[in-house]
Amino acid sequence: MLEINAQQTTNLSRTKKGVFKQLIAHVCLILLGITFLFPFVWMLSTALKPEAQIFKWPPEWIPDQFLWSNFPEALTFVPFGTYVLNTLTICIWAMVGTCVSSALVAYGFAKIQWPGRNVLFMIMLSTMMLPSQVTMIPIFVIFKKIGWVGSYKPLIIPAFLGGAFFIFLLRQFFLTIPQELSEAAKIDGCSEFRTFWQIILPLARPAFATVALFTFMNNWNDFMGPLIYLSDEKMYTVSLGLQQFIGQYGTRWGMLMAASTVATLPIIILFFFAQKTFIQGISTTGIKG
Amino acid sequence: MSRSSAEVRPSVQARSSKGTMSKIAKVNLRNGLLFVSPWLAGFAAFSLLPFLLSLYYSFTTYDVVSSPVWVGLDNFVQLFKDPLFWKSITNTMYYTLFSVPLGIVFGVALALLLNMKVKGMALYRTIFYLPSIVPVVASSVLWLWLFDPQFGLINGLLDTIGIAGPGWLVDPAWSKPALIVMGLWGVGGAMIIYLAGLQDIPQEMYESAQIDGAVWWQKIVYITLPMLSPVIFFNLIMGLIGSFQYFTQAYIITSGGPNDSTLFYSLYLYKNAFSYFHMGYASAMAWILFLLIMAVTLLVFKSSARWVFYGGER
Repeated sequence: MLEINAQQTTNLSRTKKGVFKQLIAHVCLILLGITFLFPFVWMLSTALKPEAQIFKWPPEWIPDQFLWSNFPEALTFVPFGTYVLNTLTICIWAMVGTCVSSALVAYGFAKIQWPGRNVLFMIMLSTMMLPSQVTMIPIFVIFKKIGWVGSYKPLIIPAFLGGAFFIFLLRQFFLTIPQELSEAAKIDGCSEFRTFWQIILPLARPAFATVALFTFMNNWNDFMGPLIYLSDEKMYTVSLGLQQFIGQYGTRWGMLMAASTVATLPIIILFFFAQKTFIQGISTTGIKG
Repeated sequence: MSRSSAEVRPSVQARSSKGTMSKIAKVNLRNGLLFVSPWLAGFAAFSLLPFLLSLYYSFTTYDVVSSPVWVGLDNFVQLFKDPLFWKSITNTMYYTLFSVPLGIVFGVALALLLNMKVKGMALYRTIFYLPSIVPVVASSVLWLWLFDPQFGLINGLLDTIGIAGPGWLVDPAWSKPALIVMGLWGVGGAMIIYLAGLQDIPQEMYESAQIDGAVWWQKIVYITLPMLSPVIFFNLIMGLIGSFQYFTQAYIITSGGPNDSTLFYSLYLYKNAFSYFHMGYASAMAWILFLLIMAVTLLVFKSSARWVFYGGER
């Protein structure tokens, strides 16, 4: 009886303390949250204001009248629609390439036993440590020599040869699929490729979602690749186009913010639709890397 | 890398029959190589060959148009005499020394707050995570505007509390701190990883600490941080490598200025390669970067035995 009483009192004080702690946590989180959100709000707010209001202090957080014209103005001054299409083209091809090739390679590393496999796998992991600055120059020279500079090929074709990070991710996932499944398929006379195609692939859908999502993101946000390989303005990506904006518009912040909003929006929409895939992808690859 | 025993066994079997390879082993070898062949081709074309070529270029002068001319160690000698090279190293060190530790402290602190089982956790997580996925160019333009010395939000806010804000990105003394602040806005990516690490810590540890009368900071120091240390270690390595390669923001926002105060290593390397077409010089820089990254990574790995705690695995 005494013991139970003691426990009850500690429980009580613990919940009291818990409420207090929760309160402090909430206050901290709200303050920090506002700080993190401020730049977004400012971006949108600036994008919806006429020039005169932008430089007013104290600022109007929510403009009394939304000025939408910054958007069409920014999007037509340079062919922003073309940039979006260009970027989508690269993103989609890179997604297809990465998914297909990385899945094949990951299967070879995860599900088939062959001598030399582990050595090659370690080599693959070590390539992830190689800074891109080391390979960047010779790769540029190679692409220049075969006449690919100025086309989308340098941004797309390498994706068809697998990305180490995604191979690793898929391999980890394939390893969690019981070996018995593919063995049973083979006893039934399935070839290796059919086992891969009909047994393993359908089971790995969530992992593919992660790979596709991250490839899309990486390519949508990529700046250095297009910067090095694209020179024709008609072929620019959103990132590259936006960077050109800065030079052309100087301090026309309304239009710049409108363009930035448009470049950011697809990523944010994607995030809200695929939140779970995002968080899972980040945390599993982060931890188990 | 955790390798289950079931996975190791068959490969040992395959090795024992290596001398007279069975038919199955041969088929497996062929299939295995076939499946990994895309990566093999990619490795040869985009890693191994460029790796060797880059080493070769670093001993030449090369402008892509004419063929490379062997100059021995000349590039390296020139580099060590190049004030901009040293400037770019100092700038990069400055950035790394502040942004990496701050990133860890903020990332862990945010994750700890979010891990307190507060209501609306998903919403907070989204708010903190979103900045890290915004396209770099977009966030760079945005921060250029926020840091505008005259009309930017930050100096405006500072002004209302009576502080005359600095010139930020146009002031050589404040340009790097501005970029560091901007980098911290994207701490959410690391935070998610810490959060996942925190959620893997067994709850019983806290419960037994509670029974032993531990207070909150003792739990953090003696349970949370040691248990989280492998994740911190991972983020430390990634953070170091990332900040050594810091490029895009500096290229877009300041392109090295003012007064070379944001001329970071990778930016100077890029300029040498693609603005001046000094491919040999830039390759030499790339190799110094590579060796620096290797050395620092090795040091951190060596030190990890002292501070990284692998629960039960060792």
